[in-house]
Amino acid sequence: MSAKNQSVNNEDVIIKCDSVFKIFGDNASKVLESSNGNVDARDFLSAGCVVGVNNASFEVRKGELLILMGLSGSGKSTLLRCISRLTEPTAGKIFIEGEDLLALNNKALIDLRRNKMGMVFQSFGLLPHKTVLENIAFPLQVKGFSTKDSMLRAKEMAELVSLDGRENYFPRQLSGGQQQRVGIARSLAVEPDIWFLDEPFSALDPLIRKEMQDEFIRLRKVLNKTILFVTHDFDEALRLADRIAIMKEGVIEQLDTPANIVLNPATDYVRKFTKEVPREKVLKISSIMEPVNPSEKFGDLKVPKDAIVETVAHAILSQDKPVAVVDEDHEIVGSLHASHVINIIFGGRSEKSSQD
Amino acid sequence: MNISINNSKALQFALLLLAFFVLSALITPSESNYLWRLPPLLSALPTLINDAVQFIMFDWMPIQVYDPSIEEFEEKALFREITRSISNGFLFVITFVREIFLGGPKTIVAFTSWDYVSENSWANWPALPWTVVSGWAIVLGFKLQGIRLALLAALSTTYIGVFGQWEPSMQTLSFVLIAAPVSVLLGLVLGIWGYKNKLVETALNPLLNVAQTMPHYSYLVPVIVLFGVGDQAAAIATIFFATPPMVRLTLLGLKNIPPEIVDAGMMNGCTQYQLLRKVQIPTARRDILIGVNQVVMQCLAMTVIASFIGAQGLGSNLMIALNSLKIGSGLEIGICIVLIAVTLDKMSLAWANKQIDYFSDKSFWDRHKYLIICAMILVIGIFFAYLGKSFFKENFNYLYIVPHNKGITTAPFWQAAVDWIWDTFFFSLKSFNEFLIINILVPMKEAYLGMPVAATFLLVMGTAYILAGIRSAFIVAGFLLFIAFSEYWDRALITAYMTSFAVIVAAVLGITVGSLCAQNNRSTKVILFICDFFQTFPSFIYLIPVIMLFGITDTSVIIAAIVYALVPATRYTVEGLRNVPAVLHDAGSMMGVSKLQRWLSIDLPLAFPHIMLGVNQTVVFSLFMVIIGAFIGTTDLGQLILKAISDSRGTGIGLTLGLCVAFIGLAVDQILRTWANNRKKALGLE
Repeated sequence: MSAKNQSVNNEDVIIKCDSVFKIFGDNASKVLESSNGNVDARDFLSAGCVVGVNNASFEVRKGELLILMGLSGSGKSTLLRCISRLTEPTAGKIFIEGEDLLALNNKALIDLRRNKMGMVFQSFGLLPHKTVLENIAFPLQVKGFSTKDSMLRAKEMAELVSLDGRENYFPRQLSGGQQQRVGIARSLAVEPDIWFLDEPFSALDPLIRKEMQDEFIRLRKVLNKTILFVTHDFDEALRLADRIAIMKEGVIEQLDTPANIVLNPATDYVRKFTKEVPREKVLKISSIMEPVNPSEKFGDLKVPKDAIVETVAHAILSQDKPVAVVDEDHEIVGSLHASHVINIIFGGRSEKSSQD
Repeated sequence: MNISINNSKALQFALLLLAFFVLSALITPSESNYLWRLPPLLSALPTLINDAVQFIMFDWMPIQVYDPSIEEFEEKALFREITRSISNGFLFVITFVREIFLGGPKTIVAFTSWDYVSENSWANWPALPWTVVSGWAIVLGFKLQGIRLALLAALSTTYIGVFGQWEPSMQTLSFVLIAAPVSVLLGLVLGIWGYKNKLVETALNPLLNVAQTMPHYSYLVPVIVLFGVGDQAAAIATIFFATPPMVRLTLLGLKNIPPEIVDAGMMNGCTQYQLLRKVQIPTARRDILIGVNQVVMQCLAMTVIASFIGAQGLGSNLMIALNSLKIGSGLEIGICIVLIAVTLDKMSLAWANKQIDYFSDKSFWDRHKYLIICAMILVIGIFFAYLGKSFFKENFNYLYIVPHNKGITTAPFWQAAVDWIWDTFFFSLKSFNEFLIINILVPMKEAYLGMPVAATFLLVMGTAYILAGIRSAFIVAGFLLFIAFSEYWDRALITAYMTSFAVIVAAVLGITVGSLCAQNNRSTKVILFICDFFQTFPSFIYLIPVIMLFGITDTSVIIAAIVYALVPATRYTVEGLRNVPAVLHDAGSMMGVSKLQRWLSIDLPLAFPHIMLGVNQTVVFSLFMVIIGAFIGTTDLGQLILKAISDSRGTGIGLTLGLCVAFIGLAVDQILRTWANNRKKALGLE
């Protein structure tokens, strides 16, 4: 990335983490200091400290959806909690829209949370004594909205997440999926720019989970927020993410687009996840196409570069000639051979990388 | 492996008992033998406490206070001034509430003078007619919950009014209406403080332990010294007693809040105060409500005991009735107390649950209908009271108040019933009484008194070690040492014998009844309802029927203690058994166990830790009842505490004795609770 790009993008960076560490334990900061930033989980454990997040640095741009993926204990939730400052990091810097999050005093932090942040929790975190509408209105009332205004807004939000008709139910009267809809509506009520979701669908049944993911994709299109999403479900991550950060023992093993992670796992650990992934369901045409060779003759079929391989594979495989890949403006940007498609889907570990 | 552990514990117990008997046999009873009785090293403690309190009250930090009656500055002790102003504040509020119900000029006098009142006739407040208060209670009940609570309120107030108990009941109520909210508030504040600050929690814990196991009586003397005699002192003593459970339950409730709810509150941008007020306290509502409920119960339980230090109302009437063996009127007063307790209990619960529903569009009438109805009741009630004034010309105005002894009374009937019972069953009751005393209680008492102190320590510490580990053994030893070094070891042994007899019987009965009732859903519901119902009875009430049957003897006290302690024993057994995971039942059924086998080999082992927590409660309950029993003449620690009340230097004695009782309870608590918790963990129940 060029220096010019960097400066342009700086405006767009909403969340920036710089060597964030979170070590649990009584003398965590002392142990961390003496280690000079070389944190080894096993050494720390013998010193009575548990490593939560180990040297995490990354940026999230405006409108981007970054997913933190990892198994339980990998530190993904801890990292999210650091960025929402529900947990104080042991070391490192976090910037929200260029502002030093960790330097904020209590009042400024509350202000930030009231206006810029929304969060969804794994087990919903709904207030049991409030109805659906009251729960959704809660962040507004905390902010100082009048009862009438907050209720009107809450009603809108309830409609947005298709909860109309259940406004006066209590959380205990709702199913898990419905409760999480309340959680989502609540987190969006103040129209935050940044949206945190901590394993939002993990407590739900598989069918409901799928439904909620679709709902999430729909909402995301409508709302255009900067999103940090935590999950332990690799399929979910592939399905939703712009970029994925795979974590293990507090370390970010790889941070890349879903396609790149599937095609080029950086470590053995990441490879374990990608091995079983049905690639045709994950990869887009753009990530497997080849550069246009002027001598080639294209067939009649043209495929959009954003199509998922699976959806067009059948058509491509029936072609003898290479297939043209086109962008939104119907310009030809690449070509694809049927044999290549077969190779990607069924072949060995291709080293083909994205040309995006 | 499990088998070997069980066996080794049994072996340890056998060895312990053997050592205990050998020691008991070897040590000769003589005052100079320290293995027989420890020297009373702490005998100076009561005097020391007394002197300290006297110093703080009368000499410490003198300040200049202006006395308007002699128009001069006087030197008075700061602490005494503080406590006196607190008691005056309480007295004022209690008087104010009381005069609303019963009429009188004292509140006006507080702002002006007696002269002013005699000059201005309006200053003599008339009381609210009892019909108005009844009507309000009914409307309140209806607003809070609906027709059922309204009926309960109607029943209670009508009973109280018609049976001529209005005046003492309102006196009691005025005192409860002050003591209960203050206790709730204080408990809430302390609980929240403890939740926010680990240090405070650590400091609160032992204080709460002692405060909750100290017998009611032992609060009375220090309170008299600090706050004088009267309703205000009674209210303050009640607050001391009623606050600890509130603190406990507030803490428990706050700690049990799912962390995500707090996180969610923080991410919604709550300030610390908003988090507490809108998220944490409402979420912990269930436990906090149980605390409120306990406070109300404690307040009513204290009404009787508080009458020792001058609280007016039902309590003192009940005490007089029991003292002069007027069982019939005692029973009627007892029913009054229970009715007030149940009504207040249900109302406070309904009130707290009512908070949920508060937003909707309502018309003026809908929003204010209850207030309007109340106002109408006021007008109509006063109108009828005026009518009554001319109607009952020479007599009493029954529409205004039914005076004491002028209402309906069923006392003669109960008296006759008691007489009939005595006439009919005199011999069987007497022979049962004698059998119990001669064949069980006296030998048991002598056995307890015949224990050398060294053997007692060995037995108790050994048990603690086997069940709960070395740490508990030393803690328990500390508690016992305090009692052994005080002058009251022998008395404590008598208390221990009565308590342990009551506990054994109550536990056996409770576990049996609980096990039988836990077998199906219906009987479980019934028994839990019965437990709830009996739990609302203030402890003193239990003494009424047993005195009816057995007169004033140790037997009465022990039976009252058994009945009182039966409630937790049964409840915990039922809860423990019902909480055994259903999948284990299914697994058992598929292995073909019979009902008895299931109970013995699946239910009981899993429920046992919880049942032991019930036994722990049983110990505390019977200790209380045994101490209260001193009121009808037992010869243990309770009697001495009762004596201390009338002793001008009784503060130290009262407190020391109270600590002795508390330490007996805490020692048992330490062993059983540690064991139960360890066991629960081992069984994976927590």
